[in-house]
Amino acid sequence: MSKFRKKKKGMPAVNTAALPDIVFMLLFFFMVTTTMRETSLQIDAPRLPSATEVKKLEHKSLVTTIYVGKAKDAKYGTSYNRIQLNDKIATADEVPAFIINARSKVSEAEVPFMTTSIKADTESSVGTIIDIRLKLRDVNALKISYSASKKTE
Amino acid sequence: MARRENPEINAGSMADIAFLLLIFFLVTTTMNVDSGVSKKLSEKPPADYVPPVIKEKNIFEVSINRNNELLVEGERMDIKDLKEAAISFVDNGGGEGKVENGVATGPCSYCKGDRSDDSSDHPNKAIISVQSDRLTEYGTYLTVQDELLKAYSFLRNRLSVEKYKIPFEELEESYKDNRANENLKNKVEFIKTAYPQIISDQEPTN
Repeated sequence: MSKFRKKKKGMPAVNTAALPDIVFMLLFFFMVTTTMRETSLQIDAPRLPSATEVKKLEHKSLVTTIYVGKAKDAKYGTSYNRIQLNDKIATADEVPAFIINARSKVSEAEVPFMTTSIKADTESSVGTIIDIRLKLRDVNALKISYSASKKTE
Repeated sequence: MARRENPEINAGSMADIAFLLLIFFLVTTTMNVDSGVSKKLSEKPPADYVPPVIKEKNIFEVSINRNNELLVEGERMDIKDLKEAAISFVDNGGGEGKVENGVATGPCSYCKGDRSDDSSDHPNKAIISVQSDRLTEYGTYLTVQDELLKAYSFLRNRLSVEKYKIPFEELEESYKDNRANENLKNKVEFIKTAYPQIISDQEPTN
C-alpha cells in the first residue's frame, strides 16, 4: 500500500489552460464590434429626442455626423445651439466645407448615398437646424437623418 | 544524468494579457446603433423658379410656435391628436388624383376617408406643410415629424395588409433581403405611390 501513498501530496492544481481561450473569444467579439469614437465631443452629449418611425443608419463609412448642443466650454455660452464639426465648435457657414471634406474620402459612386446625421439636443432650437439644412442643400447633401432614439409604445 | 523532461512554456500570464485587452475593448465599445428619422431635402430651386399653384384644400397646414404649441389648419391642437387629423386629411379622397405621364389616376379607390369636399383630393395630391418658428424646440419639431410619419405608415400598413395580407414593414424588409425579386419590388412601389410621403418644411418664422 505504501507504494501508492507516496505519489500525490497536496492539492492538485486546477487546470486553467482553457481560460485564455475563453477570454480570447470574448476579446475577439469585442474587437469586432467596437467602433472607435472618432471625434471627441466638445459639446455635452446631446439628449436625443425619441421617435417611433426611426430607421437604422447603414453604411457607417458614408455617414457624416453634425452635433448640435450646449458647448462644454463656458466661453461659448450656455445655449443649446452650438454646432460641432470635426473636433471643434463651428458655425453653420463651415458646414459646406465640412461636407466637401467628408465627400473627398469616399469614392465618386458612393457620394449620392452619403447621409448627414444631425445629432441635436432636444432643447436646441429649430432655427439652428434649419441653418444647417440650408447649407446642406447648397452643397447638394440631400440625405439627412435626424438622430433619435427608438421609442417603444 | 538526470532525466530530461520537455520544458513547458509557462502560459499562466497569457490569460492576464488577454484580460487586459478584453477590458480595454469592453470600455471603448459603444453598442448603440445609430438610428434616426430620415428625410430627403428638396433640391435647391433655380433662381427663377415659380412654385406651382396648389389648391388650398390639398394643403394640411401644421405650424408650431415658439412655445411649442401646435396650430393645425387654423385651430389649436394637442400633439397626440395630430396623427388622427393627418390620417383623415390624407385618406380623404374627395376628388381626382393627379395626372401621371398622361395617365389620370382617377379618384382614390382605396381611401376610406369621408370624401369631404374641403379636404384633400387624393393621397398623391395631399401635401403636409410644416411651419415652425426659429425658436421652436427641436424635440417638439421632431415629435411632430414623427407623428406625421406615423400617420403615413398607418395608412401604408392598412393598405398593405388589405392587399397582400402582410404589414408594410415586413414587405419592405423582405424586399431589402431580396432586391432582385420583381414581384416584391412592384408591391413596395405600389404602396409607396399609393401613399407618398409629401411633407414639406416651410421657411421658419422669426
